[in-house]
Amino acid sequence: MEWEVVIGLEIHTQLNTKTKIFSAAATAYGADPNTQACAVDLGLPGVLPVLNKEAVAKAAMFGLAVDATINDGSVFDRKNYFYPDLPKGYQISQLAIPIVEHGKLEIALEDGSTKVVGITRAHLEEDAGKSLHEDFDGMTGIDLNRAGTPLIEIVSEPEMSSAKEAVAYMKKIHSIVQYLGICDGNMQEGSFRCDANVSVRRKGEMELGTRTETKNLNSFRFVERAINYEIERQIDVIESGGRVVQETRLYDADDDSTRTMRTKEEANDYRYFPDPDLLPVKLDADLLVQLQEQLPELPDVKQKRFCNQYGLNNDDAEQISASRDMADYFEQVVKYANGEAKMAVNWVSGELSGALNQNNLEIGQTQVSAERLAQLISRISDNTISGKIAKEVFQAMWSSDKTADQVIEEKGLQQILDIGELEAIVDKVVGENPKQAEQYLSGKDKVFGFFVGKVMQITKGKANPAQVNELLKSKLV
Amino acid sequence: MALSTEDIRDIAKLAKLQINEDELDRYKQELSRILEFVEQMNQADVENIEPMAHPQDMIQPLRVDEITETNLREKFQCIAPATQDGLYLVPKVIE
Repeated sequence: MEWEVVIGLEIHTQLNTKTKIFSAAATAYGADPNTQACAVDLGLPGVLPVLNKEAVAKAAMFGLAVDATINDGSVFDRKNYFYPDLPKGYQISQLAIPIVEHGKLEIALEDGSTKVVGITRAHLEEDAGKSLHEDFDGMTGIDLNRAGTPLIEIVSEPEMSSAKEAVAYMKKIHSIVQYLGICDGNMQEGSFRCDANVSVRRKGEMELGTRTETKNLNSFRFVERAINYEIERQIDVIESGGRVVQETRLYDADDDSTRTMRTKEEANDYRYFPDPDLLPVKLDADLLVQLQEQLPELPDVKQKRFCNQYGLNNDDAEQISASRDMADYFEQVVKYANGEAKMAVNWVSGELSGALNQNNLEIGQTQVSAERLAQLISRISDNTISGKIAKEVFQAMWSSDKTADQVIEEKGLQQILDIGELEAIVDKVVGENPKQAEQYLSGKDKVFGFFVGKVMQITKGKANPAQVNELLKSKLV
Repeated sequence: MALSTEDIRDIAKLAKLQINEDELDRYKQELSRILEFVEQMNQADVENIEPMAHPQDMIQPLRVDEITETNLREKFQCIAPATQDGLYLVPKVIE
């Protein structure tokens, strides 16, 4: 039996405004509990929400970036439910007229082709607080610092047909919101999280299968695993004669499975209605023009430009343009290293990314500036050092403020370019190892590596490999 | 449109309101009358009239993104039934 999978994602993206969506309390992550929760966030009697202009602008900017309609006159609604992390008894959200509708996004598939995924809508809403269920003698602790943080919920069309596609879509959105500078993208802190709607149907069937929604997935890996688990579970249920139940499920990263959170029967009846405390949101034309002007070069366009301008292959260009900061850093390196783009890509996505990951740092916190890395690359291209030695120099640069030239000078790592000096060493090595020379001449090509190794040992790796090969070949005859 | 007794129970449950059995009938009649009133309004001809999201024909004023609220946790928490380590404590909820 062949199965078809249908996936739609709802991505909750925190907007990085200074203040909340409806109050002037701070939104900074990690503050002491409830020190950033004002009377509005607490839902005390008599308070009124006042909409944050910046949150509106950032939501509209997202709309522009995904070719969407920006609705002039979007409306806020109350979504009613009782839960202590939202003390008003309702969440202010947008139902009938969201600020952003009908967008689209192109994603790259594994086989190299592309696919356009529709974005149904992106609406503004407030985040809830946090519940802490441990250590309070059977009580639940509530921290309302996060309550009222502005979110856009980005809802895709159910148009993805594998976990891999869903992850590619999510990564693309993640990249775009960071490019736009509207979200810090920090998934560990919950700034960017996702619910996955998954259903399966027999191939060729027109009607959609019953879907489940898996909540609060806060890493790309979890999204992929949770979706794959859900696909298999649903197929198993149907193949063993059962029916998939429409329900909300939770992903458990510990045993890599999903479990029922609530079924459709228990689902909340949110009783949406327009919030009488808020008026329709009009966007003045000036703001939209201004946002359009501020729109940065987006990842797709940058990727294509990197291919054309620097001659990068598609994979390299995609990797280096996924993060705007990384792309900017790369371009700086190329500029300082006289256009050595290929080496710049390799170093930025190789050694540099490795060192950043190892130290849990972002590119903005790098120990080696673009200018310093560029000098190192220049020393490889002008044959002062080999690529191998350069890695050693890089490590020394990472743990100091020294330039590549200083490290090379101090450690005496310059390649031996003097052909006479190198020739003498090669002669010595060949002369001292007549047995191996004989083996090589009798056809054992592998022995060649032995001679290269000896020369490198004596020169401490400072010989130019191409020169060594050439000299050895001319001597071993 | 007339509401059933079951509807009244559901509405009360959603609104987290406790109502006595002997009140059900009264609520059923009163709420049904509100719906009748809505039915009456539904007869108005609203063709070619743009719906409004708010009774006042005004637009939402926007606030500049600047922090003006200060930390008043102590004041807020002195009216809370239970707090600990800066957290509000509520009866255990696990979903």
